[in-house]
Amino acid sequence: MSVALRLTVNSRTVERTVSARRSLAEFLREDLGLTGTHVGCEHGVCGACTVLVDGRSARSCLLLAAQLDGATVTTIEGLTPGDGLSPLQAAFRDCAALQCGFCTPGMIVTAHELLAEDRAPTRDAIREALSGNLCMCTGYVNIVRAVERAAAALRGERA
Amino acid sequence: MKPAPFTYVRPKSLAEALGCLDDDGDAKLLAGGQSLVPLLNMRLVRPTTLVDINALPGLATISPTPDGGLVIGALVRHTDLLASPLVRERTPLLAAAAAHVGHRAIRNRGTVGGSLAHADPAAELPAAAVALDATLTIVGPAARRTIPARDFFVGPLVTALEPREMLTEIEIPGPVQRGWGFAEMARRAGDFAIAGVAGIVTPAAPGRGRSSTARLVAFGAGDTPLRLPGAAALLAGQPIDRALARAAGDVAARECTPRDDVHATADYRRHLVGVLTEQVVLDCAARLGS
Repeated sequence: MSVALRLTVNSRTVERTVSARRSLAEFLREDLGLTGTHVGCEHGVCGACTVLVDGRSARSCLLLAAQLDGATVTTIEGLTPGDGLSPLQAAFRDCAALQCGFCTPGMIVTAHELLAEDRAPTRDAIREALSGNLCMCTGYVNIVRAVERAAAALRGERA
Repeated sequence: MKPAPFTYVRPKSLAEALGCLDDDGDAKLLAGGQSLVPLLNMRLVRPTTLVDINALPGLATISPTPDGGLVIGALVRHTDLLASPLVRERTPLLAAAAAHVGHRAIRNRGTVGGSLAHADPAAELPAAAVALDATLTIVGPAARRTIPARDFFVGPLVTALEPREMLTEIEIPGPVQRGWGFAEMARRAGDFAIAGVAGIVTPAAPGRGRSSTARLVAFGAGDTPLRLPGAAALLAGQPIDRALARAAGDVAARECTPRDDVHATADYRRHLVGVLTEQVVLDCAARLGS
Protein backbone atom coordinates (compact mmCIF):
# COMPACT_ATOMS: atom_id res chain seq x y z
CA MET A 1 0.00 0.00 0.00
CA SER A 2 1.23 3.52 -0.87
CA VAL A 3 0.59 6.73 1.03
CA ALA A 4 0.87 10.26 -0.37
CA LEU A 5 2.82 12.60 1.91
CA ARG A 6 3.41 16.31 2.13
CA LEU A 7 5.72 17.39 4.92
CA THR A 8 8.45 19.88 5.73
CA VAL A 9 12.00 18.52 5.98
CA ASN A 10 14.76 20.97 6.96
CA SER A 11 12.55 23.95 6.02
CA ARG A 12 11.70 22.57 2.57
CA THR A 13 8.36 21.21 1.50
CA VAL A 14 8.59 17.61 0.33
CA GLU A 15 5.90 15.70 -1.53
CA ARG A 16 6.33 11.97 -2.07
CA THR A 17 4.35 8.79 -2.31
CA VAL A 18 5.82 6.09 -0.06
CA SER A 19 5.12 2.54 0.92
CA ALA A 20 3.13 2.41 4.17
CA ARG A 21 5.90 0.17 5.52
CA ARG A 22 8.72 2.69 4.95
CA SER A 23 10.33 3.95 8.17
CA LEU A 24 11.12 7.64 8.53
CA ALA A 25 14.83 6.73 8.68
CA GLU A 26 14.61 4.91 5.33
CA PHE A 27 12.58 7.76 3.86
CA LEU A 28 15.17 10.35 4.89
CA ARG A 29 18.20 8.36 3.80
CA GLU A 30 17.00 6.56 0.69
CA ASP A 31 14.26 8.77 -0.73
CA LEU A 32 15.65 12.19 0.24
CA GLY A 33 19.37 11.36 0.31
CA LEU A 34 19.77 12.78 3.83
CA THR A 35 22.33 10.23 4.97
CA GLY A 36 23.42 12.21 8.03
CA THR A 37 20.70 10.35 9.93
CA HIS A 38 22.42 7.11 10.87
CA VAL A 39 20.72 3.78 11.35
CA GLY A 40 22.15 1.61 14.11
CA CYS A 41 20.02 -0.81 16.07
CA GLU A 42 16.75 -0.17 14.23
CA HIS A 43 14.65 -0.82 17.31
CA GLY A 44 14.87 2.38 19.27
CA VAL A 45 17.76 1.57 21.60
CA CYS A 46 20.89 3.26 20.18
CA GLY A 47 19.69 6.77 19.34
CA ALA A 48 21.83 7.15 16.19
CA CYS A 49 18.74 7.87 14.04
CA THR A 50 17.35 10.62 16.28
CA VAL A 51 15.71 13.53 14.43
CA LEU A 52 13.36 16.31 15.50
CA VAL A 53 9.68 15.89 14.65
CA ASP A 54 7.69 19.06 15.23
CA GLY A 55 10.59 20.25 17.38
CA ARG A 56 10.83 17.18 19.59
CA SER A 57 13.41 14.42 19.40
CA ALA A 58 12.20 11.11 18.01
CA ARG A 59 13.67 7.85 16.80
CA SER A 60 13.28 7.86 13.03
CA CYS A 61 13.54 4.05 13.01
CA LEU A 62 10.37 3.84 15.17
CA LEU A 63 8.24 6.11 13.02
CA LEU A 64 6.59 5.30 9.72
CA ALA A 65 7.03 7.95 7.06
CA ALA A 66 3.28 7.57 6.45
CA GLN A 67 2.58 8.99 9.91
CA LEU A 68 4.28 12.28 9.11
CA ASP A 69 1.92 13.88 6.62
CA GLY A 70 1.84 17.54 7.63
CA ALA A 71 4.74 17.22 10.10
CA THR A 72 7.94 19.24 10.32
CA VAL A 73 11.13 17.15 10.43
CA THR A 74 14.61 18.46 11.17
CA THR A 75 17.67 16.26 10.64
CA ILE A 76 21.35 16.86 11.38
CA GLU A 77 21.61 18.48 7.93
CA GLY A 78 18.97 20.99 9.02
CA LEU A 79 20.96 21.83 12.16
CA THR A 80 24.11 22.50 10.16
CA PRO A 81 24.73 26.08 8.97
CA GLY A 82 25.29 26.65 5.25
CA ASP A 83 28.78 27.75 6.11
CA GLY A 84 30.88 26.39 8.98
CA LEU A 85 29.64 24.53 12.05
CA SER A 86 26.92 25.10 14.63
CA PRO A 87 28.08 25.84 18.20
CA LEU A 88 27.35 22.20 19.14
CA GLN A 89 29.23 20.85 16.14
CA ALA A 90 32.18 23.15 16.83
CA ALA A 91 32.22 22.08 20.48
CA PHE A 92 32.20 18.38 19.49
CA ARG A 93 35.20 19.02 17.24
CA ASP A 94 37.05 21.12 19.82
CA CYS A 95 36.49 18.62 22.64
CA ALA A 96 37.36 15.57 20.52
CA ALA A 97 33.85 14.33 21.24
CA LEU A 98 33.73 12.15 18.17
CA GLN A 99 35.96 9.37 17.02
CA CYS A 100 34.21 7.21 14.41
CA GLY A 101 31.33 9.69 14.25
CA PHE A 102 28.55 7.14 13.86
CA CYS A 103 26.62 8.23 16.95
CA THR A 104 27.39 11.95 16.48
CA PRO A 105 24.33 13.06 14.47
CA GLY A 106 22.00 11.54 17.07
CA MET A 107 24.05 13.03 19.90
CA ILE A 108 23.91 16.51 18.33
CA VAL A 109 20.17 16.36 17.62
CA THR A 110 19.47 15.19 21.18
CA ALA A 111 21.76 17.84 22.69
CA HIS A 112 20.14 20.47 20.47
CA GLU A 113 16.74 19.68 22.03
CA LEU A 114 18.24 19.96 25.52
CA LEU A 115 19.97 23.29 24.85
CA ALA A 116 16.85 24.71 23.20
CA GLU A 117 15.09 24.23 26.55
CA ASP A 118 17.94 24.86 28.96
CA ARG A 119 20.95 27.05 28.19
CA ALA A 120 22.64 26.15 31.47
CA PRO A 121 22.08 22.41 32.00
CA THR A 122 23.85 20.70 34.86
CA ARG A 123 26.22 17.86 34.05
CA ASP A 124 23.61 15.44 35.42
CA ALA A 125 20.96 16.94 33.14
CA ILE A 126 23.27 16.50 30.14
CA ARG A 127 24.01 12.90 31.08
CA GLU A 128 20.28 12.21 31.53
CA ALA A 129 19.44 13.84 28.19
CA LEU A 130 22.10 11.78 26.37
CA SER A 131 21.33 8.55 28.22
CA GLY A 132 19.40 7.21 25.22
CA ASN A 133 22.27 7.73 22.79
CA LEU A 134 24.89 5.01 22.74
CA CYS A 135 28.52 5.63 21.82
CA MET A 136 30.81 2.64 21.40
CA CYS A 137 34.18 4.24 20.78
CA THR A 138 34.64 7.89 21.79
CA GLY A 139 33.46 7.59 25.38
CA TYR A 140 30.97 9.85 27.04
CA VAL A 141 33.28 12.15 29.01
CA ASN A 142 34.25 14.29 26.03
CA ILE A 143 30.70 14.25 24.68
CA VAL A 144 29.32 15.65 27.93
CA ARG A 145 32.15 18.19 27.98
CA ALA A 146 31.28 19.27 24.42
CA VAL A 147 27.65 19.89 25.35
CA GLU A 148 28.81 21.97 28.34
CA ARG A 149 31.09 23.98 26.07
CA ALA A 150 28.33 24.52 23.49
CA ALA A 151 25.94 25.66 26.25
CA ALA A 152 28.55 28.17 27.43
CA ALA A 153 29.08 29.39 23.87
CA LEU A 154 25.33 29.84 23.40
CA ARG A 155 25.25 31.87 26.63
CA GLY A 156 27.96 34.05 25.18
CA GLU A 157 30.60 32.79 27.61
CA ARG A 158 33.97 31.31 26.89
CA ALA A 159 34.35 27.77 28.18
CA MET B 1 11.31 -2.35 4.77
CA LYS B 2 11.00 -4.66 7.68
CA PRO B 3 7.33 -5.06 8.63
CA ALA B 4 5.02 -7.47 6.84
CA PRO B 5 2.60 -5.68 4.49
CA PHE B 6 -0.32 -3.85 6.04
CA THR B 7 -2.94 -1.29 5.12
CA TYR B 8 -2.39 2.07 6.83
CA VAL B 9 -5.36 4.19 7.85
CA ARG B 10 -5.45 7.45 9.79
CA PRO B 11 -9.02 8.01 10.99
CA LYS B 12 -10.13 11.49 12.01
CA SER B 13 -12.78 10.48 14.54
CA LEU B 14 -13.28 7.88 17.25
CA ALA B 15 -16.27 6.43 15.38
CA GLU B 16 -14.18 6.07 12.24
CA ALA B 17 -11.36 4.41 14.22
CA LEU B 18 -13.77 1.91 15.77
CA GLY B 19 -15.14 1.27 12.29
CA CYS B 20 -11.62 0.39 11.11
CA LEU B 21 -11.26 -2.11 13.98
CA ASP B 22 -14.65 -3.55 13.08
CA ASP B 23 -13.67 -3.95 9.41
CA ASP B 24 -10.56 -6.01 10.09
CA GLY B 25 -10.27 -8.44 12.98
CA ASP B 26 -6.47 -8.39 12.57
CA ALA B 27 -6.17 -4.60 12.81
CA LYS B 28 -3.89 -3.02 15.38
CA LEU B 29 -3.95 0.49 16.84
CA LEU B 30 -0.84 2.65 16.41
CA ALA B 31 -0.37 5.38 19.03
CA GLY B 32 3.23 6.32 19.92
CA GLY B 33 4.56 3.17 18.28
CA GLN B 34 7.52 2.86 20.63
CA SER B 35 6.68 -0.77 21.44
CA LEU B 36 4.56 -1.67 18.42
CA VAL B 37 6.99 -0.59 15.67
CA PRO B 38 9.85 -2.80 16.95
CA LEU B 39 7.38 -5.69 17.13
CA LEU B 40 6.29 -4.96 13.55
CA ASN B 41 9.90 -4.72 12.37
CA MET B 42 10.77 -8.05 13.96
CA ARG B 43 7.53 -9.46 12.55
CA LEU B 44 6.50 -10.65 15.97
CA VAL B 45 3.14 -9.08 15.12
CA ARG B 46 1.68 -8.98 11.61
CA PRO B 47 -1.51 -6.91 11.66
CA THR B 48 -3.19 -6.55 8.27
CA THR B 49 -4.40 -3.04 9.08
CA LEU B 50 -2.58 -0.39 11.10
CA VAL B 51 -5.00 2.16 12.52
CA ASP B 52 -3.02 5.33 13.32
CA ILE B 53 -5.01 7.08 16.06
CA ASN B 54 -2.72 10.12 16.36
CA ALA B 55 -5.19 12.35 14.49
CA LEU B 56 -8.13 11.59 16.79
CA PRO B 57 -9.29 14.76 18.55
CA GLY B 58 -9.65 15.18 22.29
CA LEU B 59 -7.52 12.25 23.49
CA ALA B 60 -4.37 14.20 24.37
CA THR B 61 -5.73 16.27 27.25
CA ILE B 62 -5.14 16.23 30.99
CA SER B 63 -8.20 17.46 32.92
CA PRO B 64 -8.76 18.01 36.64
CA THR B 65 -11.78 16.38 38.27
CA PRO B 66 -13.79 17.96 41.12
CA ASP B 67 -12.61 15.38 43.69
CA GLY B 68 -8.97 16.38 43.22
CA GLY B 69 -8.17 13.68 40.68
CA LEU B 70 -7.33 13.73 36.98
CA VAL B 71 -8.62 12.40 33.71
CA ILE B 72 -5.76 11.69 31.31
CA GLY B 73 -6.39 11.04 27.62
CA ALA B 74 -4.90 7.92 26.06
CA LEU B 75 -2.80 9.95 23.61
CA VAL B 76 -1.04 12.05 26.26
CA ARG B 77 2.72 11.58 25.75
CA HIS B 78 5.03 10.73 28.64
CA THR B 79 6.87 14.01 28.09
CA ASP B 80 3.60 15.92 28.52
CA LEU B 81 2.81 14.02 31.73
CA LEU B 82 6.20 15.09 33.07
CA ALA B 83 5.74 18.70 31.97
CA SER B 84 2.23 19.02 33.45
CA PRO B 85 1.98 21.00 36.72
CA LEU B 86 -1.43 19.32 37.27
CA VAL B 87 0.12 15.85 37.11
CA ARG B 88 2.97 16.80 39.45
CA GLU B 89 0.53 18.36 41.91
CA ARG B 90 -2.29 15.81 41.83
CA THR B 91 -0.56 12.53 40.92
CA PRO B 92 3.10 12.85 41.86
CA LEU B 93 3.44 9.05 41.79
CA LEU B 94 2.49 9.02 38.11
CA ALA B 95 5.02 11.76 37.33
CA ALA B 96 7.74 9.76 39.11
CA ALA B 97 6.80 6.62 37.18
CA ALA B 98 6.78 8.44 33.81
CA ALA B 99 10.28 9.78 34.46
CA HIS B 100 11.52 6.18 34.41
CA VAL B 101 10.00 5.39 30.98
CA GLY B 102 12.68 5.00 28.31
CA HIS B 103 14.58 8.08 27.20
CA ARG B 104 13.50 11.56 26.16
CA ALA B 105 13.00 10.66 22.48
CA ILE B 106 10.91 7.63 23.51
CA ARG B 107 8.87 9.69 26.00
CA ASN B 108 8.22 12.32 23.30
CA ARG B 109 6.31 9.74 21.25
CA GLY B 110 5.13 7.06 23.70
CA THR B 111 1.62 7.49 25.11
CA VAL B 112 -0.10 6.73 28.39
CA GLY B 113 -2.76 4.64 26.65
CA GLY B 114 -0.18 2.75 24.64
CA SER B 115 1.86 1.86 27.71
CA LEU B 116 -1.22 0.56 29.52
CA ALA B 117 -2.64 -1.33 26.52
CA HIS B 118 0.75 -2.90 25.72
CA ALA B 119 0.80 -4.26 29.30
CA ASP B 120 4.45 -5.16 29.61
CA PRO B 121 4.73 -6.72 33.10
CA ALA B 122 7.92 -4.71 33.74
CA ALA B 123 6.48 -1.35 32.63
CA GLU B 124 6.13 1.56 35.05
CA LEU B 125 2.78 3.13 34.15
CA PRO B 126 0.64 0.00 34.54
CA ALA B 127 1.97 -0.48 38.09
CA ALA B 128 1.40 3.20 38.89
CA ALA B 129 -2.17 2.98 37.54
CA VAL B 130 -2.93 0.02 39.81
CA ALA B 131 -1.31 1.67 42.83
CA LEU B 132 -3.34 4.83 42.20
CA ASP B 133 -6.56 2.78 41.89
CA ALA B 134 -7.16 4.24 38.45
CA THR B 135 -10.21 3.50 36.32
CA LEU B 136 -9.82 2.97 32.58
CA THR B 137 -12.43 3.91 30.01
CA ILE B 138 -12.81 1.55 27.07
CA VAL B 139 -14.91 2.29 23.99
CA GLY B 140 -16.18 -0.48 21.75
CA PRO B 141 -18.62 -0.92 18.88
CA ALA B 142 -21.62 -1.29 21.16
CA ALA B 143 -20.87 0.67 24.27
CA ARG B 144 -18.48 2.49 26.53
CA ARG B 145 -17.38 0.70 29.69
CA THR B 146 -15.06 1.33 32.58
CA ILE B 147 -12.77 -1.12 34.35
CA PRO B 148 -10.52 -0.73 37.39
CA ALA B 149 -6.83 -0.83 36.48
CA ARG B 150 -6.40 -3.80 38.86
CA ASP B 151 -8.74 -5.89 36.64
CA PHE B 152 -7.40 -4.61 33.31
CA PHE B 153 -4.09 -6.49 33.28
CA VAL B 154 -4.63 -10.17 32.53
CA GLY B 155 -1.18 -11.53 31.66
CA PRO B 156 2.07 -10.57 29.93
CA LEU B 157 1.02 -8.23 27.07
CA VAL B 158 -2.61 -9.31 27.60
CA THR B 159 -5.38 -7.04 28.86
CA ALA B 160 -9.14 -7.05 29.22
CA LEU B 161 -9.43 -5.14 25.93
CA GLU B 162 -11.49 -6.97 23.31
CA PRO B 163 -10.29 -6.91 19.67
CA ARG B 164 -12.74 -4.19 18.62
CA GLU B 165 -12.22 -2.00 21.66
CA MET B 166 -10.01 0.96 22.35
CA LEU B 167 -8.71 2.47 25.58
CA THR B 168 -9.57 6.18 25.53
CA GLU B 169 -8.79 7.58 28.96
CA ILE B 170 -7.62 6.87 32.47
CA GLU B 171 -9.13 8.48 35.55
CA ILE B 172 -7.14 8.77 38.75
CA PRO B 173 -9.39 9.43 41.74
CA GLY B 174 -8.79 12.22 44.24
CA PRO B 175 -7.94 13.35 46.77
CA VAL B 176 -4.22 13.80 46.11
CA GLN B 177 -2.20 10.89 47.48
CA ARG B 178 0.74 12.55 49.20
CA GLY B 179 2.12 9.37 50.75
CA TRP B 180 3.60 7.89 47.62
CA GLY B 181 6.75 5.98 46.78
CA PHE B 182 8.30 4.59 43.60
CA ALA B 183 11.52 2.68 43.12
CA GLU B 184 12.94 0.39 40.49
CA MET B 185 16.15 -1.37 39.63
CA ALA B 186 17.32 -1.35 36.00
CA ARG B 187 20.79 -2.06 34.63
CA ARG B 188 20.82 1.24 32.72
CA ALA B 189 18.71 4.39 33.03
CA GLY B 190 15.75 4.08 30.67
CA ASP B 191 15.66 0.29 30.48
CA PHE B 192 12.64 -1.66 31.54
CA ALA B 193 12.94 -2.46 35.22
CA ILE B 194 14.32 -5.79 36.37
CA ALA B 195 11.87 -5.21 39.20
CA GLY B 196 10.19 -2.24 40.81
CA VAL B 197 7.56 -1.22 43.36
CA ALA B 198 4.97 1.55 43.42
CA GLY B 199 3.19 2.39 46.68
CA ILE B 200 0.55 4.61 48.23
CA VAL B 201 -0.03 4.99 51.96
CA THR B 202 -3.16 6.89 52.97
CA PRO B 203 -3.21 8.32 56.47
CA ALA B 204 -6.21 7.69 58.70
CA ALA B 205 -5.90 10.95 60.51
CA PRO B 206 -3.40 13.77 60.84
CA GLY B 207 -0.30 12.35 62.45
CA ARG B 208 3.13 11.26 61.51
CA GLY B 209 3.30 8.11 59.42
CA ARG B 210 0.07 6.60 60.71
CA SER B 211 -1.66 4.70 57.94
CA SER B 212 -5.17 3.45 57.53
CA THR B 213 -4.62 1.84 54.16
CA ALA B 214 -1.76 1.06 51.83
CA ARG B 215 -1.53 -0.18 48.27
CA LEU B 216 1.71 -1.73 47.10
CA VAL B 217 2.26 -2.94 43.55
CA ALA B 218 5.32 -4.74 42.18
CA PHE B 219 6.33 -4.79 38.51
CA GLY B 220 8.77 -7.05 36.74
CA ALA B 221 7.84 -9.54 39.45
CA GLY B 222 4.93 -11.43 37.93
CA ASP B 223 2.82 -11.75 34.79
CA THR B 224 1.06 -8.43 35.42
CA PRO B 225 1.49 -5.47 37.75
CA LEU B 226 1.27 -7.45 40.96
CA ARG B 227 -0.57 -6.22 44.02
CA LEU B 228 1.09 -7.09 47.31
CA PRO B 229 -1.90 -7.42 49.65
CA GLY B 230 0.00 -9.18 52.42
CA ALA B 231 2.61 -6.47 52.70
CA ALA B 232 -0.05 -3.75 52.49
CA ALA B 233 -2.13 -5.39 55.23
CA LEU B 234 0.86 -5.35 57.54
CA LEU B 235 1.00 -1.56 57.29
CA ALA B 236 -2.70 -0.92 57.92
CA GLY B 237 -3.23 1.25 60.95
CA GLN B 238 0.40 0.99 62.07
CA PRO B 239 2.95 3.73 62.62
CA ILE B 240 5.61 3.11 59.99
CA ASP B 241 9.17 2.65 61.14
CA ARG B 242 12.16 0.89 59.65
CA ALA B 243 11.35 -2.46 61.28
CA LEU B 244 7.79 -2.46 59.95
CA ALA B 245 8.99 -1.44 56.47
CA ARG B 246 11.52 -4.30 56.59
CA ALA B 247 8.79 -6.72 57.63
CA ALA B 248 6.57 -5.52 54.77
CA GLY B 249 9.50 -6.06 52.40
CA ASP B 250 9.91 -9.63 53.64
CA VAL B 251 6.23 -10.38 53.05
CA ALA B 252 6.36 -8.72 49.61
CA ALA B 253 9.35 -10.85 48.61
CA ARG B 254 7.43 -13.98 49.60
CA GLU B 255 4.16 -13.07 47.89
CA CYS B 256 5.49 -11.89 44.51
CA THR B 257 5.69 -14.38 41.63
CA PRO B 258 8.70 -13.53 39.47
CA ARG B 259 10.15 -15.69 36.72
CA ASP B 260 13.67 -16.34 35.49
CA ASP B 261 14.54 -14.73 32.17
CA VAL B 262 17.62 -13.51 30.30
CA HIS B 263 17.78 -10.33 32.40
CA ALA B 264 17.65 -11.78 35.91
CA THR B 265 16.76 -14.81 37.96
CA ALA B 266 13.48 -15.09 39.83
CA ASP B 267 15.44 -15.21 43.12
CA TYR B 268 17.17 -11.92 42.37
CA ARG B 269 13.86 -10.29 41.44
CA ARG B 270 12.32 -11.57 44.68
CA HIS B 271 15.20 -10.06 46.61
CA LEU B 272 14.74 -6.74 44.78
CA VAL B 273 11.01 -6.64 45.51
CA GLY B 274 11.79 -7.02 49.22
CA VAL B 275 14.40 -4.28 49.27
CA LEU B 276 12.42 -1.90 47.04
CA THR B 277 9.22 -2.42 49.04
CA GLU B 278 11.05 -1.45 52.22
CA GLN B 279 12.40 1.67 50.51
CA VAL B 280 9.02 2.63 49.01
CA VAL B 281 7.20 2.21 52.33
CA LEU B 282 9.74 4.45 54.06
CA ASP B 283 9.43 7.02 51.24
CA CYS B 284 5.62 6.98 51.59
CA ALA B 285 5.89 7.59 55.34
CA ALA B 286 8.51 10.31 54.92
CA ARG B 287 6.35 12.18 52.42
CA LEU B 288 3.35 11.95 54.74
CA GLY B 289 5.47 13.27 57.57
CA SER B 290 6.79 16.25 55.67
